[in-house]
Amino acid sequence: MRYARWSSFYALTWLVTASIAWSDDRLSGGETTVFVTNDKAFARPLANISRLTRRQHTVGNSFFNQNWVASPASTTSRDGLGHLFNARSCSACHVRDGRAEPPGKGEIALGLVMRISLPGRLATGGPVPDPSYGLQVSERALPGLKAEGHVRVSYEEVDGTYPDGERFSLRRPTYKIVDLGAGPLSSKTRFSPRVAPAVHGLGLLAAVEDDTLRALEDPSDRDGDGISGKLNMVWDYEGQRLVPGRFGWKANQPSLRQQTAGAFVGDLGITSPLFPKENHTASYAELHNFGEQSEDQNPELSAKILQRVTAYLETLAPPARRDVDDPVERQGQSLFARMNCASCHTPELRTGNDYPLAELRSQTIRPYTDLLLHDMGEGLADGREDFEANGQEWRTPPLWGVGLQERVNGHTMLLHDGRARDLTEAILWHGGEAEKSRELFLNSTSKERSALLSFLRSL
Amino acid sequence: MNRTLLPLLIAMAVALVSCKKSESGSGDQAAANEKTPLKEKGAAESEVVEHYTKLVSAIYLDAFAHAKTMQGAVNAFLAEPTAELMQKARDSWTAARLPYLQTEVFRFYEGPIDDEDGPEGLLNAWPMDEAYIDYVEGSASSGLVNNVTEFPKIDAALIESLNEKDGEANISCGYHAIEFLLWGQDLSAEGPGNRAHTDYTTADNASRRSDYLRAVTNLVVEKLEGLVAEWLPGNDNYRAEFLKLPSSKALEKIMTGMSMLSGFEMAAERLNVAYDTKAQEDEHSCFSDTTHNDMVYDLTGIHNVWTGSYGDLSGPGLQVIAQGLKPELAGQLGSKIEESVAAAKAIPVPFDQAILGEDTAPGRMAILHTIETLEDQAELLVALAKEMGFGVPISEEEE
Repeated sequence: MRYARWSSFYALTWLVTASIAWSDDRLSGGETTVFVTNDKAFARPLANISRLTRRQHTVGNSFFNQNWVASPASTTSRDGLGHLFNARSCSACHVRDGRAEPPGKGEIALGLVMRISLPGRLATGGPVPDPSYGLQVSERALPGLKAEGHVRVSYEEVDGTYPDGERFSLRRPTYKIVDLGAGPLSSKTRFSPRVAPAVHGLGLLAAVEDDTLRALEDPSDRDGDGISGKLNMVWDYEGQRLVPGRFGWKANQPSLRQQTAGAFVGDLGITSPLFPKENHTASYAELHNFGEQSEDQNPELSAKILQRVTAYLETLAPPARRDVDDPVERQGQSLFARMNCASCHTPELRTGNDYPLAELRSQTIRPYTDLLLHDMGEGLADGREDFEANGQEWRTPPLWGVGLQERVNGHTMLLHDGRARDLTEAILWHGGEAEKSRELFLNSTSKERSALLSFLRSL
Repeated sequence: MNRTLLPLLIAMAVALVSCKKSESGSGDQAAANEKTPLKEKGAAESEVVEHYTKLVSAIYLDAFAHAKTMQGAVNAFLAEPTAELMQKARDSWTAARLPYLQTEVFRFYEGPIDDEDGPEGLLNAWPMDEAYIDYVEGSASSGLVNNVTEFPKIDAALIESLNEKDGEANISCGYHAIEFLLWGQDLSAEGPGNRAHTDYTTADNASRRSDYLRAVTNLVVEKLEGLVAEWLPGNDNYRAEFLKLPSSKALEKIMTGMSMLSGFEMAAERLNVAYDTKAQEDEHSCFSDTTHNDMVYDLTGIHNVWTGSYGDLSGPGLQVIAQGLKPELAGQLGSKIEESVAAAKAIPVPFDQAILGEDTAPGRMAILHTIETLEDQAELLVALAKEMGFGVPISEEEE
C-alpha cells in the first residue's frame, strides 16, 4: 500500500509538473521561446541556442540582411545578383524577418512575387514553366537590362453584412502584368501572387516529424468533419525523389535548405550548389543579350553560406504569447476551438526527438498550423497547381506571432497575397473546408468576434 | 534644456575636453577603485549611475570635439584638394573614431543614440554596399555621386533620406561613408584603400563628390551635437530622465549596453562573421584598414564603464556594485574585461589579412580567442545582471 501511495504521489507530482510545463500557453516554441514584443520580435535567435549554433546564426543573419551586388564586383562573397531579380536582399522583403505587403498603386512590387506556369505538371510533379518567363515574374534587372514585367494589382471593394447588422468590406484583387519584356503571356498562363511570409520559428516546423503530420492528414475526410488536409508531395532536388512539402504558401518546399536556395535563385538571381542555373530562360537571355553564361563558374552562393543562411532561418525563435490569463482572450481561445479554427490551425505540435539541431528537439510548440493543404474555396483560389496542391488548396499558415506583425512590420495585411487588411478580413476570406468556421464567425455576437480577435492578437 | 544656451554650453564643454589630454585610454583606476570601501548598497548604486552619466557625457563630448576637428580637416582638403591635405583628413577621421568607438557601449538600451529616432544608423551603419555611394572597381558609374539624373543636387537632407532605403546595406551616411570617400575601396593586401585626391579635382563628378563628402561630414557632426545635448547636465534631456529612473532600471540599461556589445555586436557581428567568411567586406573599417581600432576601442568602452574612468575622469564604475554583491564574480568579470581588451590588441594588423588562412594561423587563433573571451564576458555579465535582479540580452533585440 505504501508503495501504491508513493507511486500515486509521484504520479500526481509528475502530472502537476507536466501540466505546468505543458500548459504554459506563452511558450510558443517550448524552450526556444523568446519574450520580446518590440519590432525585433521575430528577429531573435532561439532562447536555448548554443554558442556554436549562435555563431552560425549571426553569420547567416549578416547574409540575410545585406544587399547583393552585380558580379563581378569588388566584393567577393556578396556578388552574383541577377541578371533578373525581385529584390537585392532577403531582408528587403522579409523586413525584420517579418511579413511583406502587396505593392501600392504604381509601385514596383517588393515583397510580392507573381508565380506563373502553364497547365500540367513536369515529370517531377512540379509546375510547367513559361517558355519565356519561367516560373516567376522578375520585377527587376541589372542596369541596362530589361526586367520581365511588373505586377499591378487593383482592388474592388465587396461589401457584406454580419447577421447582426454590422457591416464589413473585403477587397478583391485583380492582377495584371505590365511592361512585359518578351511579349504577351499565353492565355493559358496560371498566376499565383505570393507575399513574403514571416520567417520566425521555421526550424521548429522543420523539426516536426513527417509521421506527426501524416497523422493529421485526412484526405478523404473519413471523420466527416468537412476538413480533409493532405501533405503536399514535392521534389527534393538533392535526394532526387518526392518527399513531403511543408514550407511556402503551398507547402511546395521540403526543407529550409531547399527553400532558401530556391529563394536565392528565384528572387535574387543567385545560384547555389543546389540550383546552379540562373533563373532566366535561355530565350529571354537571348532576346535581351545577357551574354554567355560561363560554364565553369562556381555557384554564386557557396555551400557554406547557404548553410549559414539556412541555419539562421532554422534558429529564429517564435515570440511568446502575451496576456494568456486575460479572461477575454481565454474566451477567444475557446471560441477558436469551438469554431473549428483549431482543426487546421493546430494549436500544439511536438518536434522530433532526433532532429539534427539539438536545440529544436523534443519541444512542445504552439504554431497554430498543421502544415497541410486545405481547400480554401473559390474566393482565395489562384487556379494554379503546385505539385499536389490544386488551384484551391493552400497550406495552413502558422499563426504564432501574428499579433506582433503590426509592431514588427507596421501593417496588418494577411493571406497569401496580402489582400486581407486585418485579421477579421482574413477570417472572412476563408471558404471551402473553412466555410463552416467562417459561418460560425459571421453568426457569433460582436462581443464573441472581438474576443476571438483578442486571442489572435495575443499570439 | 534651453536651446539657445546649448551651443554655448557645448562650446565650453568642448573647450574643457580639448584642454586636457584626450588620449582616449582606459586609465588605471581599476586598482584604485577596488580599494574603495563599500557604501550602503542604495547609495553606491545611485553614485555609480550618476557617475555613469558623467562618463557618457565626457566621451560624447570628446567624440564631438574630434568630429569638429575632422570637419575642419575635410573642409581644408576640399578647399584645396591635395594629396597631403587628403592624408590629413584621413588622419583626422582615424583620430575621430577613437572616442566615438568608446561610445558604442551606450547603445542597445534605447538611449539617445538608438531610441526610435536615434541617429545610430546615420552615424555608424555598417556593413555598407559602397557602390550605393560612389564608383567601385568594375562599375564606374555606380552610386549617388554619379547619378546626376535622379539626384541633381547633393545635400545633407538627400543623403540622410537615402540611408538604408530599399535595403539595410544601402548606407549613404556616417563614419564609414566618410571613410569610403576618403580612402576608396581597399584593393590591396598590404595597405588600405588608395583613392586618388584627383577624385576631388579632375575625376568625373568631382564636385558632386566634394559636395557629398562635405555634407556627410557635417551630418556626423550635427548628429553628435544632438547626442552631446542629451547627456549634458540639464533639466530637460535624456540624462535628466536617466537619473530619475530607479537605480536598478538604470543599471539594467548600462549593463545591456555592455552585454550586447560584448556578445552580439563584437563577438558575433564584427568578429565571427569576418572570421567565418574570411571576407574583407565583413571587416568593420575595411577602407582604412583600421578595424583593429574598432575592436580595441569598443572593448575599451566596456572597460571604461566597468572602472568608471575615461582620460582624467574617474569615479565609481560598475565594478563597485559588483564587488559589493558578488566579489568572486566581480573578480572574474573584471579580469575578463581586461583580457578581452588585451585579446583584441593581440589581433595582428591589418585585420583583413588576420582572418585569412588555416584555423591554426596566428591571426585566426587570435581572433577566435577574442570571440571566445567576449562570449565568456557576455555570459558573466548575464550572470551579474541576474544577481542584481534583472536580465540582460546578448543577442539582437533592439536597434
